[in-house]
Amino acid sequence: MVAQTQIQARADARPQGGVAPAVKMEARGVKVFYGAKQALKGIDLDVRDRQVTALIGPSGCGKSTFLRCLNRMNDTIDIARVEGLMTLDGQDIYDRSIDVVQLRARVGMVFQKPNPFPKSIYDNVSYGPKIHGLAAGKDEMDEVVEKSLQRAGLWNEVKDRLREPGTGLSGGQQQRLCIARAIAVSPEVILMDEPCSALDPIATAHIEELIDELRANYTIVIVTHNMQQAARVSQRTAFFHLGEMVEVGDTEEIFTNPHDERTQGYITGRYG
Amino acid sequence: MPMSVLVAVLVALSLAGFYMGRSRALDAAGGRMANLHSVPGYYGFYAAIWAGLPALLVIVVWSAFGGAVVNALVWSSLPADAVQGLSPSQQSLLMTNILNVAGGNAGAAETSPVVRAAAEYHQHLRGIGRWALAALAFSLAVGGLWYARSRITPSLRARNQVERVVQALLIMCSLVAILTTVGIVMSLLFEAIRFFGRVSPVEFLFGLHWSPQTAIRADQVGSSGAFGAVPLFAGTILISLIAMLVAVPVGLLAAVYMAEYAPPRVRATVKPVLEILAGIPTVVYGFFAALTMAPLIRDAGQAVGLNVASESALAAGVVMGIMIIPFVSSLSDDVINAVPQSLRDGAYGLGATRSETIKQVVLPAALPGIVGAVLLAVSRAIGETMIVVMAAGLAANLTANPLAAVTTVTVQIATLLVGDQEFDSAKTLSAFGLGLVLFTVTLCLNVIALRVVQKYREKYD
Ligand SMILES: Nc1ncnc2c1ncn2[C@@H]1O[C@H](COP(=O)(O)OP(=O)(O)OP(=O)(O)O)[C@@H](O)[C@H]1O
Ligand SMILES: [Mg+2]
Repeated sequence: MVAQTQIQARADARPQGGVAPAVKMEARGVKVFYGAKQALKGIDLDVRDRQVTALIGPSGCGKSTFLRCLNRMNDTIDIARVEGLMTLDGQDIYDRSIDVVQLRARVGMVFQKPNPFPKSIYDNVSYGPKIHGLAAGKDEMDEVVEKSLQRAGLWNEVKDRLREPGTGLSGGQQQRLCIARAIAVSPEVILMDEPCSALDPIATAHIEELIDELRANYTIVIVTHNMQQAARVSQRTAFFHLGEMVEVGDTEEIFTNPHDERTQGYITGRYG
Repeated sequence: MPMSVLVAVLVALSLAGFYMGRSRALDAAGGRMANLHSVPGYYGFYAAIWAGLPALLVIVVWSAFGGAVVNALVWSSLPADAVQGLSPSQQSLLMTNILNVAGGNAGAAETSPVVRAAAEYHQHLRGIGRWALAALAFSLAVGGLWYARSRITPSLRARNQVERVVQALLIMCSLVAILTTVGIVMSLLFEAIRFFGRVSPVEFLFGLHWSPQTAIRADQVGSSGAFGAVPLFAGTILISLIAMLVAVPVGLLAAVYMAEYAPPRVRATVKPVLEILAGIPTVVYGFFAALTMAPLIRDAGQAVGLNVASESALAAGVVMGIMIIPFVSSLSDDVINAVPQSLRDGAYGLGATRSETIKQVVLPAALPGIVGAVLLAVSRAIGETMIVVMAAGLAANLTANPLAAVTTVTVQIATLLVGDQEFDSAKTLSAFGLGLVLFTVTLCLNVIALRVVQKYREKYD
């Protein structure tokens, strides 16, 4: 009930027609090489503030690679090299003065495969807030953990077993745990790499609801193979193909009236 | 016919069997492989096995028991008055004499006619045996070949039969390893039981005084023998503890560096170099401990006014620790590397620093494997002998002072059994008691370590 009115209130607060929302992150001519192999061939893309941007495209086209550029996760891959400009709030995130640890605290990530730490469910969620000192005292931490788990739709299933290992959960539960873990740090941008690929329809609907809710406060970039999902949750959609970004636009536009025939072919299921 | 010729003939027959079997199978199938149950090669192996295996088994059985049979025949041929009234040791002496003469190893001058006759009879029997063996093996091989040839039809399940033989071979090989282990344990156990017949286990396990010299003459002083092994256990524990205090932190940190920080090129050189340390013979570490480390520690101790024995537990422990470092670091490096990258990504994605990720995510995830590595290292330390012999001395002191000379279980075992010993004194038998304790302890450690490591594997594979 409360949640519903909140969503309503936020929907009202959303910028109305004509006024484009501010750009949160910006990519200009981003190229990524894995060794000699080029995975991204110059991507220009704006990620708008407090909107959901969906990245779609056939497997291996570089969606995850682009997502990983946004919080510099590619730094952890030895052979990966990133070129081009990438900004967060107008600041170059590949600049020397940027502390990558702080960047990742601001731009959080949920991975394609669930990767809970081999710790208890509680410790999984409290890990981020703990290392960033976001909760003073145990009560506050309890609250953060409960709220994060509730928002990820996992609370009811795990509230009696918070001390059990997170690795003991089912695949879908693990993925929701990872989502809870990511939102517990309250990042400004949340990157989600196919967050629902391991979930059943009910849990998926729940996550989609969550994304819709988070959009009021957070900027979200989501990779998905599910066209309906992209249409349902996102405001903007970008279509990637073979390391290039073919087309980006309002979700409605992309799905009803794509300009490029590759986009059309993909969303109507002619290839992918 | 010498054995080597016989074996060569058998090999040749088997080879012939192989080609014969293969071509016969193809002929029987009318040249079309599809008509055969198995690939033609299997028919070849089938024939080769029939040609070689039965003959080989006969040779093996003869090698194992033929000598004993011949000896028994020779013995029973001896005239009754030559054997009468001989004690068992005299009997075996006589038999040895006969065998020596038969083998042409003894001067003919001092041998009695009885012995010479027996030796001749022995040679005669062996000659017959050899020829009989050759004839039997040869006819078995030819017969086997003929039998296999008659059996080969397109529907013969040659592959299944060959595979069964190969499987039996594999089982036999693993049995050899297992039986050897059982044999070692048994011999240890029986000798230890003999020892515990003389010294009570309670005294052995809980006695505080170790002095294994037993009196050779009744009037000897102070050599009644005391077999309280606690000082040895204490010494072992002390030295192992020092070794682990050196090896675990250094090895673990080296592993963390190699797995998490080192650029690939550094890692590619450092890891093998560290592993070379593991290949140095322990005797060489012993030199290092006795000639470099011990004087160093003594001088350092004297400089600060401590009284350090020239052979100290500290010197041996430190060098043993150095020896174990590659063991710990290599195993830990493997388990740290086995922690999935996705876990690290998860932590980095939350804004964790590299050290936070390592301390709070990677190491806890790798902990079971690291514990396993450390336990294996402990059993290595407990079993180490050479360094301690050379650097820690032989004095069975019951002390916790790392600067004093101590001795360990393994060192005592070595010294108790070095040289010519009678194997029925409490002194030498005590080595088996010690060995049994050592074996039990390291076995338990290894079992626990393997369990821990296995549990860890289940989680990520
Ligand atoms: N760590 C890596 N090392 C080498 N090449 C990589 C690496 N990660 C990705 N690639 C390559 O980069 C290209 C893009 O991969 P990416 O993971 O971004 O695809 P994707 O669009 O996310 O595909 P999917 O939908 O299947 O997840 C692929 O060709 C892939 O082989
Ligand atoms: Mg992907």
